Amino acid sequence: MDLNRREFIKTIGIASALGILGGKGFELLLPGELDAKVLTESKGKQWAMVIDMPKCIQKNQKEPCKECITSCHTIHNVPDLADPKVELKWIWKEKYENTFPGTHHEYTNEAVHGKDFIVLCNHCTNPPCVRVCPTKATWQRPDGIVMMDWHRCIGCRFCMAACPYGARSFNWGDPRKCPPDKNPNFPTNMAYPTRSKGVVEKCTFCPELLAKGELPACVQACEKIKVNALIFGDLSDPESVVRQVLREKYTIRRKPELGTAPKVFYII
Amino acid sequence: MYDGTKILIGLIIGLAFFLSPFFYNAGKAAKAPQPELSPKAKEAKVCVREKDYMRSNHMQLLDNWRHTVVRDDVRYYKSPLNDKIYYMSLQQTCMECHSNKSKFCDSCHNYFGLVPYCWDCHVEPKEKK
Repeated sequence: MDLNRREFIKTIGIASALGILGGKGFELLLPGELDAKVLTESKGKQWAMVIDMPKCIQKNQKEPCKECITSCHTIHNVPDLADPKVELKWIWKEKYENTFPGTHHEYTNEAVHGKDFIVLCNHCTNPPCVRVCPTKATWQRPDGIVMMDWHRCIGCRFCMAACPYGARSFNWGDPRKCPPDKNPNFPTNMAYPTRSKGVVEKCTFCPELLAKGELPACVQACEKIKVNALIFGDLSDPESVVRQVLREKYTIRRKPELGTAPKVFYII
Repeated sequence: MYDGTKILIGLIIGLAFFLSPFFYNAGKAAKAPQPELSPKAKEAKVCVREKDYMRSNHMQLLDNWRHTVVRDDVRYYKSPLNDKIYYMSLQQTCMECHSNKSKFCDSCHNYFGLVPYCWDCHVEPKEKK
């Protein structure tokens, strides 16, 4: 068959147009999983937390307080590895400026400048960690909790890269080999597992306690010392404690511009 | 064949070396394991399922439990034996009764050369020695 230059280019052009438009190329352009989600209010329980920072700061000014952190890390067997490079944290302290980067400015209430804020997994309504997990070891429960299944985690750390809040920690070594001088009675809770080397961990909003009708460990700890800076409840119930607080006080969330819609709210 | 005797002797020595473990262990069959029940387990008489089922299928049951607890948030198990309700937890329910891991779990697992990774994370009960 004789083809001149013009005919050759025509055929190639038609063929490549068909290639792009036909089959897989066409599917790629269809709306689907990769589209930005429209967030709708879901039915049923939606657990959320409000952190009342003025109360927390006030308590901390009297005496340094880390009751919530100690309680959480004791109950969940989170060891103190004494090295920020490999540290494991479920709930921890972060400076105000780093908690709300871009949102803070020098004229905000001086009382919060440089102060430690309590941060934890935000249990996002649209969690980026869940989207990237290749084994569904992390997933969103119907009640909004972004849960972890450590049995299934392969330690790829995609979720850690995806989480914009640094709420996930990786076990670089066996947590049971933690320094014994810092963790004298590890594992601290014989009723809860530890993790193994090569597994990612984070706050889970204590589903084992919620199932018993109890509040998460950190909230219980804060209630115990009568500070009540951590408020936990059902976001879908208009009469719940969290909804009442959210109605009365102005609250902000971390990095709202990312569209993850955190379920941890801060009163500044 | 050049150096036939030398080669033959070498072959015999090599073969004898290779087979030595078989001769060494000949006639000494390892005893079948006898998992020991803890006093509490003896007293309870029944497990969550019948003995034979537990003996052959406890791994499937445990796998099922971990799945339903972690992923479906279903935390209680109704025993088909006597309709008793059990909290599905290896550490809190199984090991509460079978508190002698070294004589119960390990006796069979060691015999079969099994190393279940349950205990990488789940905390085994402290045993009195």
